[in-house]
Amino acid sequence: MAPTIDMEARFLDYVTAENKVEPKDWMPEGYRKTLVRQISQHAHSEIVGMLPEANWITRAPSLRSKLILLAKVQDEAGHGLYLYSAAETLGTSRDEMIADLHSGKAKYSSIFNYPTLSWADMGAIGWLVDGAAIQNQVMLCRASYGPYSRAMVRICKEESFHQRQGYEIMLHLAKGTQEQKDMAQDALNRWWWPSLMMFGPSDDNSPNSAQSMAWRIKRKSNDELRQEFVDKTVPQAKFLGLSIPDADLRWNEALGQHDFGSIDWNEFFAVVAGNGPCNSERIEARRKAHAEGAWVREAASAYAAKQAARRSSAAATKPQAA
Amino acid sequence: MKWDTCDPSEQYLLHLGDDALILGHRLSEWCGHGPILEEDIALSNLALDLVGLARQYYQLAAKRIGLGTTEDRLAYWRGERDFKNHVLVEQPNGDFADTMARQFLFDAFHLLQLEAIEQSPDADLAAIARKALKETTYRAQHSSEWVVRMGDGTDESHSRINAALKRIWPFTDELFQPAEVDRIAAERGLGPDVRTLREPWLELIREVLAKAQLSLPDMPQKLLRGKSGVHSESLGFLLAEMQSLPRAYPDAQW
Amino acid sequence: MSAPDQWPLWEVFVRSKNGLAHKHSGSLHAPDAEMALKNARDVYTRRSEGTSIWVVLSSNIVASAPDAKEVLFAPSDDKVYRHPTFYEIPDEVGHM
Repeated sequence: MAPTIDMEARFLDYVTAENKVEPKDWMPEGYRKTLVRQISQHAHSEIVGMLPEANWITRAPSLRSKLILLAKVQDEAGHGLYLYSAAETLGTSRDEMIADLHSGKAKYSSIFNYPTLSWADMGAIGWLVDGAAIQNQVMLCRASYGPYSRAMVRICKEESFHQRQGYEIMLHLAKGTQEQKDMAQDALNRWWWPSLMMFGPSDDNSPNSAQSMAWRIKRKSNDELRQEFVDKTVPQAKFLGLSIPDADLRWNEALGQHDFGSIDWNEFFAVVAGNGPCNSERIEARRKAHAEGAWVREAASAYAAKQAARRSSAAATKPQAA
Repeated sequence: MKWDTCDPSEQYLLHLGDDALILGHRLSEWCGHGPILEEDIALSNLALDLVGLARQYYQLAAKRIGLGTTEDRLAYWRGERDFKNHVLVEQPNGDFADTMARQFLFDAFHLLQLEAIEQSPDADLAAIARKALKETTYRAQHSSEWVVRMGDGTDESHSRINAALKRIWPFTDELFQPAEVDRIAAERGLGPDVRTLREPWLELIREVLAKAQLSLPDMPQKLLRGKSGVHSESLGFLLAEMQSLPRAYPDAQW
Repeated sequence: MSAPDQWPLWEVFVRSKNGLAHKHSGSLHAPDAEMALKNARDVYTRRSEGTSIWVVLSSNIVASAPDAKEVLFAPSDDKVYRHPTFYEIPDEVGHM
């Protein structure tokens, strides 16, 4: 049994020293499994996350905002793709991961199970949801698994415009007509608490957290990230002249951070369990796209096979050079 | 604003912009629903290019019309009777075969049209066409490659693209029938006499269909006048959705 | 072995405008080389980052074994990714 303990201990020392783990390296099975779950969940979140925003592309109120929103949602598709690619280095396939998403076996960020009901939601999502995601992502740029951290670096570079785009929309609405201001406040009211829930339950209730931290695939606790997010976002809301829907929110001078109200974890767990406002619609949309696309993918594969056959028979019948 | 009292040269810009906007808008509907992630990204790129092209035409038109006109006033505040796109581009997406059939037939025309506009003595207009040619060439390659893949793929894809081409074929004649807007543009040397584009277009189409193991559809043509603002019933619903927000809040800036 | 609607995996290498060498950017799925190139252009150069793109079927890449000094034990085969049979214990560790 001693050799196993040596391997795991050696691995732990290796990642503790901030070394990168690459696809061919030995790794504990738990590390590999956790990564596949975490990376694929992240990928699924990007893909499902396209839907609430894609909902408003055809109704974007200006040509410039139409282009910006379309580009943003396209970026999310790209991010999903980078992440599926990173996960594939660990011995799973995109098809397997997608099957798990559609069957409900795999999870994705619960925030995307909420509906987008106004243009201001485009602002709120960019500002709050992307804002929260960025915090998580910056930390993951230093994750111990090479392909994951490199995908995150690429994602972070592209992400910077997403949050700015959202905040710009909020700013524009907050300085607009009374109806636009009300629209912005209403969006903030609906997206604030779900955004805080994005960071997940308190780490005391997160059994995997400690192991993930040791393996350097998680670098800050859920509560730490959530606190950072609140502290960063409160002044941004103040600048907009909007009020955060939390009566218990106040500055704590002693701790140098904001106190905030308790999160309704019943809502979080209900949404995670599949009973949020849009869970079934989101999965159904993805299942439908995949099912309806099957004949297209098959056609492309069939054509590629035919072309390959033609090329090899052409090569075979080529007259020999003199 | 009485859009039909604009100078015909400006109306031509609106016609060009409308084709790009409506087609780009249709393609953007695929975002999040494509047959595979990679193609979702590709379709979004096509939509971005087309809406971007529309903006250039509209911005030029707005500058020339003056009177405080903006690209958004042109896109969001004209009714469907003032839109001058071909009825072809407003047709619903249908399945991927329908979308690529529509795209393929329009892209071949678009390429020929832009090559002619690039020669226009109107320097600003020519510049837009010149810039658009590279991405339009890419777009035409993309759509024709998909037609070939579907035509020479599986039995199912072959019958789907065949059916799709048959459905959309009756909308193509309008491309080559001058209406007032493109007739005057041709007289002024701004754009091509579209009647002269039919043969080269047919040649491009035939070449691709041959590779795709498909035959030229033999469907009667519809009598269409989209370029004169008489559209199919699809455009009204498209614009109702697209224009809904500014129209719901007319005193707001977006 | 793969389903008819599955597209194989390709690795993408991009050399940027003023770059000296192709860098590995990531991977994507495509049915053939032409689409792999087109998709790579869409996915990995959307910001006009690159000019030259290489695509290679992942299964065609042959990799050297990692330097034992720098990394932990590695399987001795020459493929870039792990196999679906997941991790293998190197022989020197002995039976579990």
